[in-house]
Amino acid sequence: MLKKKKFDYTGVLSSVFAILIGLLMGFVILLLCNPSQAVPGFFTILTGAFTHGAKGVGQVFYYSTTIILTGLSVGFAFKTGLFNIGASGQFIVGGFGAVYVGIMCKNLGSIHWVVALLTGVVLGALWGMIPGLLKAFFNVNEVISAIMMNYIGMYGVNWFVKSYKPIFNNIRNESKPVLETANIPKMGLDKLFPESSINGGFLIAVLVVILVYIVLDKTTFGYELKAVGYNRDASRYAGINEKKSIVLSMVIAGAIAGLAGACLYLAGTGKHIEIVDVIADEGFTGISVALLGLCHPIGVLFAGIFIAYLTAGGFYLQLFEFSVEIIDIIVAIIIYFSAFALMVKLILSKLEKKKGMAEQVNKTPPNDPKQERGGEEA
Amino acid sequence: MSVVYFIFQQTMFFSIPLLIVALGGMFSERSGVINIALEGIMTMGAFTSILFINLTGNSMSGQGQLLIAIVIAMVTGVVFSLFHAYAAINMKADQTISGTALNMFAPAFAIFVARIIQGVQQIQFNNTFRIDSVPVLGSIPVIGDLFFKNTYITTYMGIAILIISTIVLYKTRFGLRLRACGEHPQAADAAGVNVYRMQYAGVMISGALAGLGGLVFVVPTSTNFNASVAGYGFLALAVLIFGQWKPIRIMWASLFFGLTKAVAAAYSGIPFLNNMGIPSYLYKMIPYIATLIVLIFTSKNSQAPRASGVPYDKGAR
Repeated sequence: MLKKKKFDYTGVLSSVFAILIGLLMGFVILLLCNPSQAVPGFFTILTGAFTHGAKGVGQVFYYSTTIILTGLSVGFAFKTGLFNIGASGQFIVGGFGAVYVGIMCKNLGSIHWVVALLTGVVLGALWGMIPGLLKAFFNVNEVISAIMMNYIGMYGVNWFVKSYKPIFNNIRNESKPVLETANIPKMGLDKLFPESSINGGFLIAVLVVILVYIVLDKTTFGYELKAVGYNRDASRYAGINEKKSIVLSMVIAGAIAGLAGACLYLAGTGKHIEIVDVIADEGFTGISVALLGLCHPIGVLFAGIFIAYLTAGGFYLQLFEFSVEIIDIIVAIIIYFSAFALMVKLILSKLEKKKGMAEQVNKTPPNDPKQERGGEEA
Repeated sequence: MSVVYFIFQQTMFFSIPLLIVALGGMFSERSGVINIALEGIMTMGAFTSILFINLTGNSMSGQGQLLIAIVIAMVTGVVFSLFHAYAAINMKADQTISGTALNMFAPAFAIFVARIIQGVQQIQFNNTFRIDSVPVLGSIPVIGDLFFKNTYITTYMGIAILIISTIVLYKTRFGLRLRACGEHPQAADAAGVNVYRMQYAGVMISGALAGLGGLVFVVPTSTNFNASVAGYGFLALAVLIFGQWKPIRIMWASLFFGLTKAVAAAYSGIPFLNNMGIPSYLYKMIPYIATLIVLIFTSKNSQAPRASGVPYDKGAR
């Protein structure tokens, strides 16, 4: 929704600008709180991820896997004109599917993890499909139905896990660990980043990023999805089945978020579904990642790694008696200023357009569809 | 009969904050600015006002303290919402982005500051604000039990805000201009309305009401504030859409949601429902499922304010 032409560098430049402001404000906050520790504290934010060398880098990639995927889910939906605020629900339902297969299906051998992963994808897709169907056929705003689906998914998963003995660990009030065969293989990444929690999930995430990029930018199917996002009525007039496009957009967004859940709970790092009545945070982090990455798949990839990197550094901040929330504050400021950066971009492109218009005085002024559309419905 | 009263009172605890915040969101969206930062503004409003109650807990108590806390919550909300207004109106930013930024900032800020001030992130407070029975009115049969027992002054404020909002939106010049800005800002501008000023007003009202809603949500349901309003800002957004951006419909939507929520929270105390043997999780899911079903039947003609979410650009054609 933010960009429609081929890659242009003003977007990246303005993101870098926002990041610098965010970091600067973070430094100022540290200074205000505790001037003597501010400099080493800030240094830790920037380099903390490297504290344990290759292991630390591996942890960054491990942590980024989930948020890249939820970010991609939200970003993809944005590109097709939908606001997928329901990534949290799709995430937890997908994670549940993966855990269920991971514990219950015992005789699948080496394809066990693939089946578990795909179950997560399918359940996530299903959870995304419902708001899609409601939007396409009953004109239900996808924001509200997705918020409802978040809660239904969260309570449903808690209910199921808690009442189903074979997958419930009632001492720790969470799901049991999945079987060894259901864990995503390391795919050689443990050799590159010894001792870290990284696994094949990261490679899968990168693969999905590339896949989404190709589908959105290089295929007719992706073009149709985006066209419906820009203008539903015009797309129908152009012969696109706009209802199908809306449903498919949400199905794909849901599938990616479901994959995120599956990747987290099949990582073999001791992550279990905790029975707490709270919406999963990952979906909302996904919104931040998507926006920071300008909703472009490749941008989302880097934004996810960047936020994971800051979070890893923030973890060590506790050594200096700062709370880790400073990282969230910094990221929030970065996102806030990235919204400004879009304005800067708009000014730049307007200047260019004015130049273009001056050159072709007598021709009819070109229409700018972006002005009309602007913000999608939210 | 006492069960009915109990459910009714519980419904109020859930509905009133939703109503207040959704009405706030309505003012913003009817002026043309989408405000998904309601959650963050609620958190900030609750944070500063609960912190005030915590810090003055030894020297003050009762309704006077609550009233000052209410003012603090509203002022906080207005100040915090100005960030959204500036980004959305002056900088013509994508309103989802700045809203998301505010949502992310608020809980982090609340935890960060609470830790600096008192070492832990939970802020405890003494609830000295509950009114057992309003004098005179509380002794009226039935009505007294429904409306004037086991209540808070915030409940009446919520109802007052609903009435005032309806009048302001539909019966005043300000309301007409605000709605015009949300539907066709260019036309409003041509008629001499200062669109930017109206949109600032809309966002600031939403900030005040969302900040207040944060306090109203926390006080009856908890005795500490843990940097979160449990997704109520997003639910209020849902109620706003459910209520199709109209005050009276928003009231029905929030009552509907509050009632199902109250039943889910209190069903074990109701013999009839408890005996049916329905698992508690199903009750917890019912408010959301029921809302979805109602939406299917009521959304066919649902239409957001036309210019909502589109930054107003004077020069645009």
